[in-house]
Amino acid sequence: MSYANSLYLTGAEIGLSIAGLVLLLATAWTSRSSARAITIAAVTALFGALIFNLSLANDGAGAVVFGGLLEVDAFSIFAKSLVYIATIACLIVAPRYFEDRGQFRGEFAVLMLFNAVGMGIMVSAVDLMTLYIGLELSSLSSYVLASFARRDDKSSEAGLKYFILGGLASGIILYGVSLVYGFSGTTSYDGVRAAFDADFSTGALFGVVFVLAGLAFKVAAVPFHMWTPDVYEGAPTPVTAFFASAPKVAAVAMLVRMAAVPFGGQAEAWQQIVIFAALASIVVGALGAIGQQNLKRLLAYSSINNVGFILIGLAAATPAGISGVLVYLSIYVFMTIGSFVALLMLRTEKGEALATFDDISGLSTSSPALAWCLLALMFSLAGIPPLFGFWGKFVVFQAAVQADMIALAAIGIAASVIGAFYYIKFVKVMFFDEPKGDAPAKAPLPHWVVLGLSVLVISPLGYLLTPWLGAVADAAAQALFFAA
Amino acid sequence: MEFPILSLMLAVPLVAAIACLFLNAGSARMVALFATLFNLALGILLWLNYDIGGAQWQFVERAELFAGFSYALGIDGIALMLIMLSVFLMPICILASWDSITKRVGEYMAAFLLMEVLMIGVFAAQDLFLFYIFFEAGLIPMYLIIGVWGGDNRIYASYKFFLYTLLGSVLMLIAMLWMVNEAGTTDIPTLMQYDFPVDAQLWLWLAFFASFAVKMPMWPVHTWLPDAHVQAPTAGSVILAGVLLKLGGYGFIRFSLPMFPDASADLAWLVFALSMIAVIYTSLVALVQEDMKKLIAYSSVAHMAIVTVGLFAFNVQGLEGAMMVMLGHGLVSGALFLCVGVIYDRLHTREIARYGGLSINMPKYALFFLLFTMASIGLPGTSNFVGEFLALAGIYKVSTFVTLVCTTGIILGAAYMLYLYRRVAFGEQVNADAARMPDLNAREWAMLAPIAAAVLWMGVYPESFLAPMRQDIATLEARLASVAPEYDSALTVGTPDEHAANYIAAEHGSEGEH
Repeated sequence: MSYANSLYLTGAEIGLSIAGLVLLLATAWTSRSSARAITIAAVTALFGALIFNLSLANDGAGAVVFGGLLEVDAFSIFAKSLVYIATIACLIVAPRYFEDRGQFRGEFAVLMLFNAVGMGIMVSAVDLMTLYIGLELSSLSSYVLASFARRDDKSSEAGLKYFILGGLASGIILYGVSLVYGFSGTTSYDGVRAAFDADFSTGALFGVVFVLAGLAFKVAAVPFHMWTPDVYEGAPTPVTAFFASAPKVAAVAMLVRMAAVPFGGQAEAWQQIVIFAALASIVVGALGAIGQQNLKRLLAYSSINNVGFILIGLAAATPAGISGVLVYLSIYVFMTIGSFVALLMLRTEKGEALATFDDISGLSTSSPALAWCLLALMFSLAGIPPLFGFWGKFVVFQAAVQADMIALAAIGIAASVIGAFYYIKFVKVMFFDEPKGDAPAKAPLPHWVVLGLSVLVISPLGYLLTPWLGAVADAAAQALFFAA
Repeated sequence: MEFPILSLMLAVPLVAAIACLFLNAGSARMVALFATLFNLALGILLWLNYDIGGAQWQFVERAELFAGFSYALGIDGIALMLIMLSVFLMPICILASWDSITKRVGEYMAAFLLMEVLMIGVFAAQDLFLFYIFFEAGLIPMYLIIGVWGGDNRIYASYKFFLYTLLGSVLMLIAMLWMVNEAGTTDIPTLMQYDFPVDAQLWLWLAFFASFAVKMPMWPVHTWLPDAHVQAPTAGSVILAGVLLKLGGYGFIRFSLPMFPDASADLAWLVFALSMIAVIYTSLVALVQEDMKKLIAYSSVAHMAIVTVGLFAFNVQGLEGAMMVMLGHGLVSGALFLCVGVIYDRLHTREIARYGGLSINMPKYALFFLLFTMASIGLPGTSNFVGEFLALAGIYKVSTFVTLVCTTGIILGAAYMLYLYRRVAFGEQVNADAARMPDLNAREWAMLAPIAAAVLWMGVYPESFLAPMRQDIATLEARLASVAPEYDSALTVGTPDEHAANYIAAEHGSEGEH
């Protein structure tokens, strides 16, 4: 394949990298007041990347570029689109948040752009080396983003924690990668698969386990989830919204590709790990959230809980399961961005965040529109029909049942009832309790737009998307299995 | 393509619900009343156009809007009757909340209208997953109705209601996924004909049972009901008792029985045992209640137990009786909750001892209350008599013992209802404030009179209600025929004696032989 074609197919990454570099220079040489313009430019660049990425879906799908480093197929296009959409949403809500706190700088948008590039590489990597580069590019910018509110102790703490534990996870992945390389003699996914199909030794199994453990850290699956509540609570809310959406999508997509392509022949070797992580995440995510008073911590546990459901789809190890994972991820992105944006809008006239259950009690009287949006989001996260969140759970459980993993599905769904407890507590506090504190201040229009769009998607109207979403996700999942 | 009347019946309250969210109290009440009355009119139209003895599924609509399941609606006679019950009770619920709900009226009316959409949807859904969506979605408005407008202990009650019913139904979803995977279709009429492997049926039946037993509710998973009933506002209790409890029975008749006949037969003993305990135990519990709503709530559990034994008798009488009890109980217990609501609105207490001698100052009220009390006991001429008699006749064919126990429950039912009535309506007027309460006003007349008429109609001429269901119940009985149990009180045909009973054997020849 010619270089011209390779460059064309990776146009989104290249374009975003150039945009990031130019904007970085612009930030360095202009005053802080240009931050807003830089953010707008970054959003434009991401929109461009999104449209370019979607245009690839019509032609050169399923092409390996740069001699087997990256693959542009339906799967990577799907995952990248989600990543870009989530990044755009987080960039749109960020300016007002940081401006109110006097922390707004152009570097925020630049870091997000580099992060997006890294995530794009992660989801399309078909070589262990490119995978690691993508992962680190995304992670390093994430560490900085977590501590973006420099003068805030909690934010610095979150950044440091994330950095140390993330570094550890990267080390684990790297160790696993070295074992995989050592036992297969190649870093390319297809090569690894061929080598493992021929001979899968105990050492190679260790490699797989280490890689999966490191990736489990990145997706915040139990038992590697401990950093999540602290980082999510400490990081500035737009950054938390970002962490819970885009990098999670990228990490799950990377995990899925890893499991399906290089380790695809050894499904029984990793299935038990994934099953354990799935059930443990559902249960820990549900139980851990029950005692939480802080809303961001609660949503952090909720994201752990959701990862558990996503992993159930992966555990099925079938195209239907992977398609389910992608459908779940798509819905999850909207639910999670919607809920974090709603939290973002919960602040008083004086600028104090309404951060705990006590603060939002009686919200339905003081700010009915916001309360109804949150109600829809919470019931959707709990997976109660007719909200669209139900559909995500439905497809992953359907895949598990079709793969004859009925016990897994039954335990998983029964554990989801525990999770429902704290989602309905959210509703209870907003609707059943009397107002206590200050009413939230009027939120800016961009926040309402992002929240409104998210709620529209997760509303029952979302079901009208299912034929289209299902077909696209099926095609994406098939791309992995054809590649294998 | 005929006129999509079922979709219209879903759309009208849905649009009205959204409108109510944005309206002030007065207009929200009017919109809700108008929308529910319009739906009642549509319901009557539905009934008039229902072709008795025609196709099994009528008013069928189908649109492939979603992946994995379709928007398929259609009704048979059983669904028709339950839809009629829902649309009939809805305007009455709105009237019952007219004055008593003063805060957040728009949201309240929206929640009720949404309930109506979901209830009609549950009964009309012809797609397994569409049914599940409607079935589960009812949790959200009901949770809000109990939690926002309920009594003092509403938060506990709303949590209990939500989590109990959710836990019950999630396993059903897994069973449904398995069934669809096995049978390759989500179409309910097709699944009703599909023969699932016998060993799988047991698990599927149990998964569905977990859901329907909670909804029904059956002993010992009935405990959410008294809490939910007591804490919910009057109209909420009416909807809970009147329609939501029927979802369990409808589930048995639509899913458990026709889809898993073998498992139903194998586990009928379980249903009988739980129902017998429920009839006796909850009746005794009802006897000692101090709270009127709790008493009626426990009586609901007992009545629903008659429904389950009737259903699992697997014969026409039992099934028809179960359906009639469901319809009759929907009206009567709804009306009884309204009766409680009427005096609760005046005195703001549900404690029985705070009333007494109401027949003196509220004679019209006492008359209605008496009618519904008698109907609840199952007096001939009222709706519940027909249902209970048929259900017990059906079960008598299967087990004399079960019938004996259930009939005892009916006697206990008479005891607690009459005792309630005596304490509330008869006797001395010991409480001065209760003695000053005014009699029914026009709005309350408009609530109670239609139900009273329906109760009498159903009691005197039940054929109107049985006719649409007859063919569907016959189909169901045919489906169950292979597993129908023995008839334990059937007459046994012996060998006839050789001679008549008064025959005396002539040992010495005939008398006149000399």
